[in-house]
Amino acid sequence: MTFSHLLHHTYSESPDQVAIHLLQNKQPDLPITYRDLIHGAAGYARALKQANVQPGEVVVLILQHGAALIHAFFGAVLHGAIPSIMPFLTEKLSPDRYRADLASLIEIIRPAAIVTYPEFVPEVQSAINSAAGRSVRVLVSTEVGLAEPDFTTLSGLSRLEDDLVLLQHSSGTTGLQKGVALSQRAVIHQLEKYRAAIRLSPPDVIVSWLPLYHDMGLIAGFVMPLLTRTPLVLMSPFDWVRAPYKLLQAVSQYRGTLTWLPNFAYNFCAQKIRDRDLEGVDLSSWRAVINCSEPTYWKSQHAFLERFQSRGLRPDALATCYAMAENVFAVTQGGILGPVTVDEVDQRALLTERRARPSVGGDGGLKLLSAGRPLEGMQVRVLDDQRRDLPERHLGEIAIRSECLLTGYFNRDDLTAQAFHNGWYLTGDLGYLANGEVYVTGRKKDLIIVGGKNVYPQDLERLAGEVPGVHPGRVVAFGVFDEDAGTEAVVVVAEADTEDESERQRLAGEIRQAVTRGSDVALRQAHVVGPGWLLKTSSGKIARLANREKYLAEVAALAQDS
Amino acid sequence: MSDEITPQLSGYITTKILKQPKRVLKDDEPLISSGLIDSFSLVDLAAFVEDAFNVRLDDTELSRETFDTVEQLAGIIRQRKG
Repeated sequence: MTFSHLLHHTYSESPDQVAIHLLQNKQPDLPITYRDLIHGAAGYARALKQANVQPGEVVVLILQHGAALIHAFFGAVLHGAIPSIMPFLTEKLSPDRYRADLASLIEIIRPAAIVTYPEFVPEVQSAINSAAGRSVRVLVSTEVGLAEPDFTTLSGLSRLEDDLVLLQHSSGTTGLQKGVALSQRAVIHQLEKYRAAIRLSPPDVIVSWLPLYHDMGLIAGFVMPLLTRTPLVLMSPFDWVRAPYKLLQAVSQYRGTLTWLPNFAYNFCAQKIRDRDLEGVDLSSWRAVINCSEPTYWKSQHAFLERFQSRGLRPDALATCYAMAENVFAVTQGGILGPVTVDEVDQRALLTERRARPSVGGDGGLKLLSAGRPLEGMQVRVLDDQRRDLPERHLGEIAIRSECLLTGYFNRDDLTAQAFHNGWYLTGDLGYLANGEVYVTGRKKDLIIVGGKNVYPQDLERLAGEVPGVHPGRVVAFGVFDEDAGTEAVVVVAEADTEDESERQRLAGEIRQAVTRGSDVALRQAHVVGPGWLLKTSSGKIARLANREKYLAEVAALAQDS
Repeated sequence: MSDEITPQLSGYITTKILKQPKRVLKDDEPLISSGLIDSFSLVDLAAFVEDAFNVRLDDTELSRETFDTVEQLAGIIRQRKG
């Protein structure tokens, strides 16, 4: 079974079913039937064929959330090409940085074609030129029409189960180097196992505002509903962030049953949505609101429940999931058959002994949310630094094995080799097992997760190090948990020679601007310090964790003084 | 009257959004394009503007397309109150 076969069946069996209700800003919702979807996709398949793109070649999509992106994605699939969605340029990011990132993506991925808007063609063309990839064809979305599909000639139907079906990237210079290459078999296996885990069935309606360039949005909020014929209500992440109440109104209006959210979104919705925007909203249809893609917090879920229970939100709707692009999506699922298990552990033992001891008596415990049990066929281990299995309730690195794992990082065999140990994928996440359930407590790698988005500190350090006056290489970036926001805030500490406070403030402003324009990450703080402040490892590298501790200690001391 | 708008906006942005009360914010300093304010903070800013100046703003009214500085935001508020 492949994507194209599933699309073919759906087209013959239920062409008139609405596949997507596309929510648009200041325009009425647009219903897209499977006929519309396949005709749009067939238009792209034809255009790719005419552009001489071969099945098995990569097509990069640089389009905003909307019908063109949906058509282009499945058009590449029907043609047998491998779609890869690249985040669109945002208002904060500098066009130069975006071009440089795109050029490096082109060099590594070597796509056959890029699909974009007419007004973005010069940008894309200049990236292609600087990547010396002149054979990359540029398809303009407005020139691609609709087409009647001819399933006897569409090359997507000749793809094999082991062929790649799509690539997923994280954003940023480092993230773009790691294109997670997934086979038809891996994705379809994930859909089978995951739909069983969440008991997906015909009355379900999925509501999503998530971007399609992340696994959670792409798989749970796009590919799964469309290939399982589950109605999807889709809104743009840009509209959601300006008007988060629209998600709840959409759930109410369409009787939505399932939504996936990163942890920060629970806080964001609970804090920002005003009563006047909740009038008439009824959330009783929501059977699972699944917390996924960044560390999950009991307090965030609790705040969400408190805020929306009066609107019909059921306590048993709160669910959790542990997922990653390298496994297509979900590894575990919790909160579907019963409430999410909350493990109250001794905070000190967690930090000092790296053990999750159940807290005894009273309040001192830290409430950790279980990510649930592994999906059928997914194996989870927790390993120590020598990669030996740890007993239950001992913290270690989570390793997984399943039929859904990535084929590899596209054109990066070196990175693929590093990621595996004897067939097990090393996730870089820290956690423990208890009673067959998985608890994720943090990261082993230095990755920062801000609002569900992966941020590589080395990218931010490089950007800050380019600011004149900052010592190159004497910069550290790390995440600090922000309880209010329910996610990490990013801090950059940079060494400079100047002792002058106003000069330091000016440098901090420049660092902030350089990081935002270069990475699209807004810093919580750019902290300028004198020479020798930063701690280094014995090999002379900047020690991120140690510097984070030092920074936090200074902040705490300051707070005490004032 | 209108003169009070910009200091109130700057005060809110430096204390509540940037959490750097001592920071001096110029009226013509870019806020969004410079990364000082991200899209998550725009919702807060809109709510503050509505409450503090008793005006009503649409969801998408505050964006990079409509303002980037305290002065420009004050302009929107004055127009709305006008």
